[in-house]
Order: sequence, then C-alpha cells, then structure tokens
Amino acid sequence: MLIRPKEGILDPQGKAVERALPALGFEGIGQVHVGRMVELEADDPEQLSELCEKLLANTLIEDYEIQTL
Amino acid sequence: MIWGVLQFPGSCDERDALHACEMAGDGARLIWHESRDLDGVDGVVVPGGFSYGDYLRAGAIARFSPAMEAVAEAAAGGAPVIGICNGFQVLCEAGLLPGALLRNVELRFRCHQVELIEEGSGERLSIPAKHGEGRYYAPDELLDQLEANGQVAYRYADGHNSNGSVRDIAGVTNERGNVLGLMPHPEHAVDPLTGSTDGLRVFRRMSGVAA
Repeated sequence: MLIRPKEGILDPQGKAVERALPALGFEGIGQVHVGRMVELEADDPEQLSELCEKLLANTLIEDYEIQTL
Repeated sequence: MIWGVLQFPGSCDERDALHACEMAGDGARLIWHESRDLDGVDGVVVPGGFSYGDYLRAGAIARFSPAMEAVAEAAAGGAPVIGICNGFQVLCEAGLLPGALLRNVELRFRCHQVELIEEGSGERLSIPAKHGEGRYYAPDELLDQLEANGQVAYRYADGHNSNGSVRDIAGVTNERGNVLGLMPHPEHAVDPLTGSTDGLRVFRRMSGVAA
C-alpha cells in the first residue's frame, strides 16, 4: 500500500527534501512528496481497501494506492 | 463533576490534567486505556503525549482502544470530552471531531507560550503549546461549515500561529459543543506559579457543558 499526502495539501517533508537537492547537485527535480509504504501478506486482498480506509490512511488528508505482487 | 483522564502507553500529561481538573474545582481520576468502563465519571479528558508511540499517525492506534469506545458512547450521550494535543489528534482520528492535525509547517517541534482568542467572547488566553504535529487542517467547505456552526472554539492570536494551522484554528468542537479539542495545553496553565491560570477557563467551560 502506498500512502501519500493528498494533492493540494502542504507537504513540508516533501518541501524539505526538495530544498536539499540543489546543494547536492541534483537539478531539475520538483514536486517531491514523502509518503509511506506498508507491506503485508494477505489471504484475501479484497479486504485491503477497507483496511486503508479504517486504519492505514486518513482519507481526509491522504490518498492510498494498493499494489498486489 | 468528576473527570476521567485517559492514560495510554505513551501519555505524558495525564498527571497535569488530573491536577488541572482539581484546580478548576472538580474531581478527577485516571482511566487506563484497556478499560471499557468509564467508572461513572461525568466527563473525559484525553490528555497529551504520544499514545502508542504515535505509530502510523498521531492518534491513529489509540482511537481503537477499549476506553475510546466508551468515550465515543459518552460523547454521544452529551458528556463533556476535552482532547488536548495528542488527545485532540485522537478525537479527530476517532471522528469525534472534524479535521486532522498535520506536521508543523517548518517541520519543527514547537514549544512556547501562545496567545489564544476564544471565539465568541474575544477573551485572550495565554497557554503553553508544545507539539510537532499541530497544523490543523480541514477542506475549505468543511471550514466554512465549522465557522457557520460556531464550532471554532479557539484561534491563535496574530503572530502566534507557528504551526501553520488553517484559518489560525487552535481548537474546535463537535456540532453539539460537548466535545472540544485543542493543541495548546490548558492543563499546564492552572497555577500562578507557572505564569498563567487561563487554562482553568477551558476546563470550566467544559464542566459547564455537563451542568
């Protein structure tokens, strides 16, 4: 599960990373956002969006995306 | 009036909250987070700290504790509930209060005395604040609705909004007005020894809800 700040909400972590880049010589990188990844094994992937809604993401401020491998 | 002050693993302001309830003229006792029973108290304080280590998001795990189930029932019945700092985050995560608290705008943990304006009365309160995730956020339509309903309880005075909260909001209530959450710590401002007793006004406002 990838969880990231909703678009339009100020993301100070992303901004801090972005501001650090020029000093390290990285040019042309923008729109940095820092989220988090949750890895798990599930017998029934159908239940994962409910899990995101109820616990892993706060949907008022975060979007989530589920990837099955 | 007897307050129950919740205690989670990682709470750190529950003792000051007990003391503050007593200074405000009420009784108070601690309630362990695993207790599904609020032991007959008239109101609840969800105190500051780092409940369950603030893992995942501040307040995200604490909201599922047995004591919080009991708090949700008490709140639905009209009992006064105050969430302070981490307690505010818990109440938002639990859906008992609107909005969410995000990382402070400059990513800094802020610890200083702030001036608050009480909505309605315009009364100015001096209360300490100390948090890293205190930036109040709600979408614009929800904010308009909160303002129209009179649910904004406290705003930071000019120059005191150091966490970047939208519309300078420091504290909000639910629609009924019996659940209040705020980031600054009224329980640390109850004794002249520490410079301000303005925090008592917050506790008395909420004991008034029970009366």
